[in-house]
Amino acid sequence: MNRTDLVDRAALRDDVPDFGPGDTLKVHVRVVEGTRERVQMFQGVVIRRQGSGARETFTVRKVSFGVGVERTFPVHSPIIATIEVLTRGDVRRAKLYYLRDRIGKAAKVKEKRT
Amino acid sequence: MTIEDTHTMASKGILGRKIGMTQVYDDQNRIIPVTVIEAGPCRVVQLKTPERDGYSAVQLAFGETKPRRLNKPELGHLNRAAVPPSQYLAELRVDDTTNFQLGQTLSADVFASGDRVDVTGISKGKGFAGVMKRHNFHGQGASHGNHKKHRAPGAIGACATPARVFKGMKMAGQHGGERVTTLNLEVIEGDAERGLLLIRGSVPGPNGGLVFVRNAVKAGAHA
Repeated sequence: MNRTDLVDRAALRDDVPDFGPGDTLKVHVRVVEGTRERVQMFQGVVIRRQGSGARETFTVRKVSFGVGVERTFPVHSPIIATIEVLTRGDVRRAKLYYLRDRIGKAAKVKEKRT
Repeated sequence: MTIEDTHTMASKGILGRKIGMTQVYDDQNRIIPVTVIEAGPCRVVQLKTPERDGYSAVQLAFGETKPRRLNKPELGHLNRAAVPPSQYLAELRVDDTTNFQLGQTLSADVFASGDRVDVTGISKGKGFAGVMKRHNFHGQGASHGNHKKHRAPGAIGACATPARVFKGMKMAGQHGGERVTTLNLEVIEGDAERGLLLIRGSVPGPNGGLVFVRNAVKAGAHA
């Protein structure tokens, strides 16, 4: 047991689905605008998952209007409303940084065949 | 505003053990880096008064231990206040000891969320360190013909006048392993039930090290 677990346990979410690098996610992000709160989507490929416990984060990459956009979220962050796993990717690396150098069809991640 | 205006004596304090660092979320879902301190329970062992001791202070005991680990004078000292055998003693200088009673137990809830505190600990030992690590010198160039002097301090004085090196010149030597106080840290949470104190940011010392937390003496505008 990690010695800061006493504090961390309260912050851990139990509704995090099982996902890893290569998977395509739809992250529902809570956005506060003044007093109003709405949910924004961020959909893309998980290129990294790092850290452990309350400090674990993952990075989602998407290409928006030809520009690559990456967003890193803490896995247990309260700003995430839900995480939807759309597809499972078939990849051989834990960190998919090679996707940054690829465009178009080459940047596609193969879907895992079940 | 002068320094005298803002400098007060602490009125609350507690001994604890640094557990480690982690992060929590605030009400706006922002991440706050916190140090977790297992604070207390501390017992008041002795009240020092100006009449008898020349100054006023409260002596606190922390860390229950076996009686055989203490010698007789130490046990007798703790017994006078009916305090169980404890590993550590520390003194908190206060203006007024009437808020404390002998044998009283202090727990982590002496501090509440938002309080400003000073944390004292023994910093991590770095051994015999050079000037770059010890005094944040810049060192010297990596190239331009530099030969084996990349982390050296450079000149340490002038020539025939004064013909000596001034005292206190910053040079290599023992670094860390000394008493360090970090001022004006913010308390995020004081939880008496679990005996935990969460403090924003880092505090001196290794995980498992003894730390002393008192309310900030130079809080100024934050008080």
